[in-house]
Amino acid sequence: MGRPRLWRVVILVAALIYFFGPLVASIKYSLIQANGSYSLGNYAQILSNGALRSSMFTSLEIAGIAAVAVVALMLPTVVLVRLRLPQLTLLVEGVTILPIVVPPIVIAAGLAHLQGSAPEWLVRLWFNHPLPALTPVYVVLAMPFTYRALDTGVRAIDLRTLVDASRSLGASWFTTLTRVILPNVETAVLGAMFLTIALCLGEVVIATIMLYVTLPVQMIQVGAASPGISVAISILSFLFVFVLLFLLSFLAGRRRGSSSVRVI
Amino acid sequence: MGDPAARRRRGIARPAGAAWLGMLPFSAYVLIFLGLPLYEVIHGAFTNDSERLTLSNFSAIFSQSQYLIPLENSLILSAWTAALGAIFGTWLAAAVVASPAGSMLRRVVSSASAVLAYFAGVPLAFALIAALGRPPGGVITTWLKHIGIDLYASGFNISSLFGVGLAYVYFQIPMMVILITPALEGLRPQWQEAAENLGATKLAYLRHVAVPVMAPAFIGALLVLFGNAFGAYATALALVGSAIPLLPAAIESAINGNVLVNEDRIAFALGVEMILVVMIVMVLYGLVQRRARRWLQ
Repeated sequence: MGRPRLWRVVILVAALIYFFGPLVASIKYSLIQANGSYSLGNYAQILSNGALRSSMFTSLEIAGIAAVAVVALMLPTVVLVRLRLPQLTLLVEGVTILPIVVPPIVIAAGLAHLQGSAPEWLVRLWFNHPLPALTPVYVVLAMPFTYRALDTGVRAIDLRTLVDASRSLGASWFTTLTRVILPNVETAVLGAMFLTIALCLGEVVIATIMLYVTLPVQMIQVGAASPGISVAISILSFLFVFVLLFLLSFLAGRRRGSSSVRVI
Repeated sequence: MGDPAARRRRGIARPAGAAWLGMLPFSAYVLIFLGLPLYEVIHGAFTNDSERLTLSNFSAIFSQSQYLIPLENSLILSAWTAALGAIFGTWLAAAVVASPAGSMLRRVVSSASAVLAYFAGVPLAFALIAALGRPPGGVITTWLKHIGIDLYASGFNISSLFGVGLAYVYFQIPMMVILITPALEGLRPQWQEAAENLGATKLAYLRHVAVPVMAPAFIGALLVLFGNAFGAYATALALVGSAIPLLPAAIESAINGNVLVNEDRIAFALGVEMILVVMIVMVLYGLVQRRARRWLQ
């Protein structure tokens, strides 16, 4: 049992080469200058390029707001369905699957049309800035896995007893949600938030169609003339998201019964 | 839920109206931010410019080769990337699942899989440009050229339909690892021991126990991978742009009027076509999933 079998070693080494080959190549690529010498020039460019920096802030803002909004929207809904409206379970599951059935490009087509045909006041309210225009849609895109992560988390705790105890001690619904349920499903909530952040930082199709400049959109634009910079950002963003999700795996392992709280 | 007394008590103690009211934020949110764009697409696809119901948009996309070729390409690309992803993903997952849960290997593989499956998109495209771009740019292609293998001279190009497919495999394999790992964990070691005690060889165990038990989960995951590739566009957008002959690119071109002016309704019809394809895949997935639950839970 303990002895690593040959076939396992072969597969793992092949996977290592297959997946890390492009990463190693990227690191080399990002360090080479036009004249053939090695330097960190491409990485310095990330900070000095104003357009790049502002698109990065836009993406980070969207990611942060969406991560909070998705929990604020989905956790009460999940609790409510589990506790009071179990007859809606299938319906809510079906609705949260919809963003998988409807590809992002199709959502983008509908939104682009709204953007072009909406009345003036709505355009000003909704479409004039990437934050109000993209954040709500990214929350929708995140629903399929946030719903499942939160639902798994809530199912693993004794929800009814916790809520009854809290309510009978006089706590309001808001207090019960934020101070009783939330700490108990911490891992699931963090999982939902981290995956939402990853999704927001990576989404490019809807932003491109609706003509907003987020980080990946800017990466494509910059990459046309100087791919080295975009490759450098790619490496950093891979690293950032990997660290985020790797830390999550330790959080998930810390809790008792963690095997049932699978977030990714 | 199964306790009728508790259900009666709840029903008396708490008015159901308040609970339904609690569903309002979620319902309103979904209706506005998913329902509204979806309505635009479906309504636009089935009407003409004078707002009359019509199927002419669909007869257009199903009769003109400029819309049929992207559909065909998207279907073929999704099929072969899903097949490769499913096969290699299962191998990788099987190799990883043999080590205990919580081990460093499991953590690294599951985190890395999530990164590639949920995030990759544009960064993946640039990593592959760095690795497999046209020499002297691409690091690996340049190195291969030095040892006598000139990929670009023999017709390979990372910014092509095939190149995009290769890139898709990079997120299809990790997606398969995520999808198939729970099923592989459900494969009980007792079954193998029982089979071996009854005199079965390794191969017989695989053939008569492991493969039949895993088949529904495998096929289900294969379907998810197909849908995953079918709807994907980010990597293709970064590698090639809207010139790539795939359905999402055809939609983008129609929206932007790259081909003809005012092709919004063509874009919507193509969108409905995409939704229908994914829906068929999801229905099949649902059917397979019911069988998968019989053994693995």
